[in-house]
Amino acid sequence: MAVVVYIESENGTPKKTGLEVASYGRALADAQGVSLVAVGFNLMDHERINAFGVDKLYNIDTQGAVHFDVERYSEALAQVTTKESASLMVVSSSADGRYIGPIVAVKTNAAYMSNVVGLPSQYAPLQVKRTCFTNKAFNETQSTKERVVLSLSSNSYGLHEKQGTVEVLSGDYPISSNSLKVESVEKVTDKVSIADADIVVSGGRGLKGPENWHIIEDLADVLGAATACSKPVSDMGWRSHSEHVGQTGKPVASNLYIAIGVSGAIQHLAGINASKVKVVINSDPEAPFFKAADYGIVGDAFEVVPVLTEKLKARMQ
Amino acid sequence: MNILVCISNVPGTTSKINFKEENTAFETQGVQFIINPNDEFGLTRAVWFQQKIGAKVTVVTVGDASCEPILRKCLAIGADQALRVDLQPQDGFEVATQLAAICKKESYDLIITGRESIDYNGGMVGGMLATLLEMPYVANCIQMDIASDEVSVQREIDGGKESLSAILPLVIGAQKGLVEEKDLIIPNMRGIMQARQKPLEVVPPEAAAPASKVQAFEKPAEKGPVKLVDAEDIDGLIDLLENEAKVL
Repeated sequence: MAVVVYIESENGTPKKTGLEVASYGRALADAQGVSLVAVGFNLMDHERINAFGVDKLYNIDTQGAVHFDVERYSEALAQVTTKESASLMVVSSSADGRYIGPIVAVKTNAAYMSNVVGLPSQYAPLQVKRTCFTNKAFNETQSTKERVVLSLSSNSYGLHEKQGTVEVLSGDYPISSNSLKVESVEKVTDKVSIADADIVVSGGRGLKGPENWHIIEDLADVLGAATACSKPVSDMGWRSHSEHVGQTGKPVASNLYIAIGVSGAIQHLAGINASKVKVVINSDPEAPFFKAADYGIVGDAFEVVPVLTEKLKARMQ
Repeated sequence: MNILVCISNVPGTTSKINFKEENTAFETQGVQFIINPNDEFGLTRAVWFQQKIGAKVTVVTVGDASCEPILRKCLAIGADQALRVDLQPQDGFEVATQLAAICKKESYDLIITGRESIDYNGGMVGGMLATLLEMPYVANCIQMDIASDEVSVQREIDGGKESLSAILPLVIGAQKGLVEEKDLIIPNMRGIMQARQKPLEVVPPEAAAPASKVQAFEKPAEKGPVKLVDAEDIDGLIDLLENEAKVL
């Protein structure tokens, strides 16, 4: 018996979402008195994983293949899950985590539950709290299967270190007969992605045009934050789709969400509702965002935001 | 080419979300249902292939008779025929199982699902369906071109995009980007009239069980009022974020 977690990494280093999944997995394993087994690909930093109480790590060498390969990765995870007779598996809510989760679930005859917030309220059968209706509600979902794959909502559990002694094993990298092949990956490498970010700075139509986005980017740089935008901004082509947050865009579950010149349409608010602390800066005191925010400034973004950026910069030094 | 587009009937994006029967069921009273937006992006791309390369487009949903208006809308948008599996599903696995049965009866070259439905946000049907059918799956699909049986697609990843190639058959999870918002087809009167004549077949469900069940719903706690900070007092805001909210 074990809990299996999939630790995502970038250039051999575990991602924060991967370590959050390990933290959560440790709690599940402790609650059931079983061991915590992690699966990673081409990991170079075992110490980091050791610090999160992983008992056993299958570090799979992909023999030079650099891209995430959903078919081979899911097969590897399914094999470990079967080998360790794990009844619980945890993946993150990153793009890759949500991609691989349902596939592993079918391969291992497991139930799949996404957007999980919080520890299970019971284990036999497993029941957890999830968000639904794009964060407008929660539900308690119960499994009808013996095995469950959970996709943990980012930043919902946090990082909890626990020193352990990890046993590192190599694992098979299964081959795939599937026709799907990754040809290339285009990634903005010097920026934090929305999924990984603790802080997200978002801009709306109030910024008047893409040429003014340096205001958003400067603030994001100082905070080490990801940048995001509202739906109209991405529809008008001011910013790329990948920044659009809201009901039909990306969900945001950051610790701090700063909305600048975003009015706060119901679809936008739903998408960012899982963020812990929301700040709005808008010249219109009637903007619906003020009803959803924790802190607000009624003021001109072009005046307020550069001052905020400068003051934060001075504070960091 | 045979394309199947899987459609979910969901509450409109501005709907008030309430629950009934002691918070065990969604209150549908007064709620306007729409085609799940991610599915509609997929359907629009399918209709584009129909017009460009003569593909046949079938739409399918798993649901009771209350889903028929949105199926008619799909037909008015341009789908050739509609199927409704007569079952009120309990989870995404049950939907995927029913869809897999449909796909085993008739062979489809391309199966389009939405990235996720905006009601339960499970995001599982596409990946499960592909795995049940032993087909490749591309989630978060933001671009797709087909040349004979070779497909080039793009998947949105965290902080960028990934380009992939595959050979049909293939399952994708559509989202915005596959087509733009402005490309969405608003049915005209002719389309609506034609849709009435197009076949909408009701299919009995296969015997299958869900993998999970919702026990109860809950609405988030009411939020307190916003704390307003004067536009001149940026230090005050930083202080609140640092010492009260503890997020800096």
